[in-house]
Amino acid sequence: MTSKLDRTFAQLRQHAEKALITYVMAGDPSLQDTEQLVVELEKAGADIIELGVPFSDPIADGPVIQQAAERALRSGTSLRAILSMIARLRAKTQIPLVLMAYYNTIHAFGLERFFQEAAQAGVDGLILPDMPPDEAGPLKGPAAAAGLPLIFLLAPTSTAARRTFVARQSQGFVYYVSLTGITGAKLLNLADVEQNVEKIRKVTSLPVAVGFGVATPEDAAKVAAIADGVIVGSAIVKQIAAYREKPEMVKHVAEFVRSLKTAMRMAQPKTR
Amino acid sequence: MSSVPNKQGRFGAYGGRYVPETLMPALLELEQEYARVKKDRSFQSELAYYLKHYVGRPTSLYFAQRLTKRLGGAKIYLKREDLCHTGAHKINNAIGQGLLAKRMKKPRIIAETGAGQHGVATATVAAMFGLQCEVYMGTEDMQRQALNVFRMRLLGATVTGVDAGSRTLKDAISEAMRDWTTNIRTTHYILGSVLGAHPYPMMIRDFQSIIGREARRQILAAEGRLPDCLIACVGGGSNAIGLFHAFIRDKKVKMIGVEAGGLGVASGKHAARFAGGKPGVLQGTMTYLLQGEDGQVNLTHSVSAGLDYAAIGPEHSYLRDQGRAEYTSVTDDEAMAGFDLLAREEGIMPALESAHAIAHTMKVAPRMKKSQILVVNLSGRGDKDVQQIANMRGITL
Repeated sequence: MTSKLDRTFAQLRQHAEKALITYVMAGDPSLQDTEQLVVELEKAGADIIELGVPFSDPIADGPVIQQAAERALRSGTSLRAILSMIARLRAKTQIPLVLMAYYNTIHAFGLERFFQEAAQAGVDGLILPDMPPDEAGPLKGPAAAAGLPLIFLLAPTSTAARRTFVARQSQGFVYYVSLTGITGAKLLNLADVEQNVEKIRKVTSLPVAVGFGVATPEDAAKVAAIADGVIVGSAIVKQIAAYREKPEMVKHVAEFVRSLKTAMRMAQPKTR
Repeated sequence: MSSVPNKQGRFGAYGGRYVPETLMPALLELEQEYARVKKDRSFQSELAYYLKHYVGRPTSLYFAQRLTKRLGGAKIYLKREDLCHTGAHKINNAIGQGLLAKRMKKPRIIAETGAGQHGVATATVAAMFGLQCEVYMGTEDMQRQALNVFRMRLLGATVTGVDAGSRTLKDAISEAMRDWTTNIRTTHYILGSVLGAHPYPMMIRDFQSIIGREARRQILAAEGRLPDCLIACVGGGSNAIGLFHAFIRDKKVKMIGVEAGGLGVASGKHAARFAGGKPGVLQGTMTYLLQGEDGQVNLTHSVSAGLDYAAIGPEHSYLRDQGRAEYTSVTDDEAMAGFDLLAREEGIMPALESAHAIAHTMKVAPRMKKSQILVVNLSGRGDKDVQQIANMRGITL
């Protein structure tokens, strides 16, 4: 079964391009803003958009995304409202949308119901940062029935055995966490990332996207030379936070995303 | 009842390992290392040595004669964990995990703390084993437990305030998990209660189960029979599981866990997970959790920082499902009455956490026969709470 994510990566590969995956927290500062951001970020060059589902206790996130989640919760954002927004967005754009949610939010929603409604709304994949594949058994049936890829993460600490295990469970792409830490940290070690991405490629034919700690167009360009996708989260969320009360917020964030994509296009020496 | 948890760290439907991949290899390593030391005689004898000579075990099982007379029912015995070095049961686990950190050659340990007792225990063990120590604590709790903050600093630990969310235990755990994720290669995380991802709930239970093993032996020596009922307060639930564990197969021994009822369950300001929660995942484990309809974790309230947490240890959820233990709650006011009663009748100031167990004892003991026996876990001493109680009563010290 090919998913929309598979097709997106395949198309990019034909054009010798890498995927720019941008993360925004749904509902930060409001769902109307998120809706506009999705449309404009696509125009600015985002290939896939990760929508964060706000959670009260985000253990994998640094302060930037924690605060974004707090703002989103204050604006009354719920998973149900996020799915409605996605359904509305589908009249305007077909860009792949991947939800990044802590497990409790979908557990509380009800697994079966979540996968059905998410697929119906037009969600294209799911990332659960606090759910290693070891615990994902109960999700596999409902996810497969809904045709929704489950994207798993690998980390610098992952052993060879786990690399094989996790990569084989992942669908759509493998999310490689570029550093030993939480989102938004500044510890990007490119040589290390390159080595690990190569190791992951040996055990899977899935695209490998790299996230955590990619903050600037320069970082994005360097990671694009190594991986199939570049995930930028905290750096974007930081811009949203800084401009959230200004009318030019969306335009400003779109400009930043454009600069990321431009840098990635200019520096692509290593194609696969 | 078969032995829990299983290999996946499951207590029935609860427990497990819901953590970021970065932590998985460390948890698997910890699980293996713990399995090794559990069978290792030299580790066990080293642990026994420190528990005896450093912590002061066995702690006494004290017959509370005046309290018994006052309540007019069951004979009440207090398991005196308040007499442990540092003033609470927390050190039983901190010593065990400190030794484990040494074995794993991790030079740095971190911990979270609510009431400060686990932080103090960890800082103490770190000083004694020569390990670097950082303790995360919600800023709200730092205010409530200023004395313990100072104690940790005197012991050489760094205390880092956490100013997110409810600024209590839950946020301190999240921050400690983030630190561990970042510094995993050099750091061991000494979690303080039977919470978090496997193997923590099992390992911490094992380290605390000495409470019940001693109590069982002691009551048999004193009374020639097992008690009718055990009572312990439950935040995460390490003192309770520590007392209960050795009695689980003694089906006739009733076990009661007492949660924090705060301002009353109906007020919504409490930490009574079984009364107001449902199963969910928080900080690595599946268990009963106080949460909204959307799965957002609720803010909790308790006069006692150590019980002020939205989730309960997964094994307690299991014991409740199995009908092996029952759980109830008492309010802040009832706990304060428990504190006063024990101070006046027995000359023992309980920690506000343990005062919850005393408060429930006040309800249960009078309804029991004089021939029946109650064992109450006095998990910690109340010195740390004196300042807070003075403040609550409008007294400036």
